[in-house]
Amino acid sequence: MAERYDIVIVGAGPAGLAAAEAALARNARVAWLDAQATAGGQVWRKDVQHGWPQRAERVISKVLSHANLTWMPQTQVIAAEQNELLLQNERQALRIAYGALILATGARELLLPFPGWTLPGVTGAGGLQALAKQGWPLAGRRVVIAGSGPLLLAAAATAKRHGAQVLGIYEQADQTAVHAFARKLWRWPGKAIQAAMLRAQLAGIPYYYGSIVTRALGEHTLEYIEVDGPHGMQRIACDQLAIGYGLVPNVELAHMLGCAMTQEGAHPSVQVDASQRTSVANVYAAGELCGIGGRDCAWVEGRVAGITATGGTVGAALLQQQRHARKFATALGAHFKLDPYIHDLAQPDTLICRCEDVPLQALKDYDDARSAKLATRCGMGACQGRVCGTALAELGLFPRSGQRPPLFPARLATLGEFASSSDTEGSFS
Amino acid sequence: MKQVRIDIDGQTLDVPAGISVAAAMARLRPSVRRSVSGQMRAPFCGMGICFECRVRIDGVAQQRACMTPVRDGMQVVTDG
Repeated sequence: MAERYDIVIVGAGPAGLAAAEAALARNARVAWLDAQATAGGQVWRKDVQHGWPQRAERVISKVLSHANLTWMPQTQVIAAEQNELLLQNERQALRIAYGALILATGARELLLPFPGWTLPGVTGAGGLQALAKQGWPLAGRRVVIAGSGPLLLAAAATAKRHGAQVLGIYEQADQTAVHAFARKLWRWPGKAIQAAMLRAQLAGIPYYYGSIVTRALGEHTLEYIEVDGPHGMQRIACDQLAIGYGLVPNVELAHMLGCAMTQEGAHPSVQVDASQRTSVANVYAAGELCGIGGRDCAWVEGRVAGITATGGTVGAALLQQQRHARKFATALGAHFKLDPYIHDLAQPDTLICRCEDVPLQALKDYDDARSAKLATRCGMGACQGRVCGTALAELGLFPRSGQRPPLFPARLATLGEFASSSDTEGSFS
Repeated sequence: MKQVRIDIDGQTLDVPAGISVAAAMARLRPSVRRSVSGQMRAPFCGMGICFECRVRIDGVAQQRACMTPVRDGMQVVTDG
């Protein structure tokens, strides 16, 4: 028998946290789950040395200690049926039922293939931040931060705080675009303060515009990178390259539930109305999966979802904040547009699918992700195409194919719990 | 900081409590697994998406080292 909750919230970043706080304030019984061991999501990830950011800690502690909350860490949604979710944690599979479901699954980094990107020592930019906050040793390591977007500044600040020698930040966007973005920041005072604080923390770290990492080289691990910039090609010796090209909404669960999507460039995001309702009854979505808008936007949308999903009415002031926060997403996308050169960095022998080691040249004869997958195993590995599928969509090779359960690699015992066999046939890859 | 003792491929390691298995492994060596074609791989996305850091933990296969905090007495087995 599935345990029933008024509200189930998937994701414990700012959107999920705000939703939980709002729903609990309205006396709902709430189940709150996240794949990670601690609440906070990516942006408020708990640092083993430095804890949570102050603002996050206060709310997280309040929510976690609430009598009506069931916190389910290290738990992932494997499949969904009518108002029920099949979950898996480290030890067991379990089913829970919901009155309303709030999706706050956030975003992941856009990780794009280039020669050498599989070498140990190369990580995502947010990826290095996440690793460092959980104790990954960076003291004295020579780190290069590269890719695109404001996240690079945060990644550099985290690396520096953990003792890394940050050699530089290499942003692909040109100076004009980055400055135009910075000039607009005053419209979002929270962002402007964040940026100013980061600037102070990053004193002494050089920031280069219009610079693209074209190759990573090393025998067994990273030894140096090549960067193409305004002054030509240069080679930089380093121990760690943290490279990310912005964020992509995590829409897999929403997709499986049948929520309507909006296509933003190459990547889908979940369509919602002003109440954060998706196209599916009793399913709400808030934060990055509705389009990349940042922490403050996620927070406001989470609050709205928490209120509306429990039958409340959202006040005019909150609705105004919600609209304003969303505009930041548009500015972000416009100013950090990727240079098409980045799409052409992968060479014929560069691996695209890191799980199954499928090189670019093996994919050239296929028109869609499904045929390529069947013939080459591209996207068939443990990550289920989250990395290569997203990269191929960004590169304009083929869009991602549909989402079927299980959403994450599941144990046989978990799959045994999953009754509806018709949609799952042949999909337990 | 409180320490915990874990075992990685038969090697005993004392590490700070609360860090991830991935962070513990990084103290020993730069990579955590071999890819299907034999390349050495290490944690990449840091947030449970890419599965590059998968290892066997206390007998359970396909655990993501980046998402699992160390526990005293934990046994980690890699394929590399």
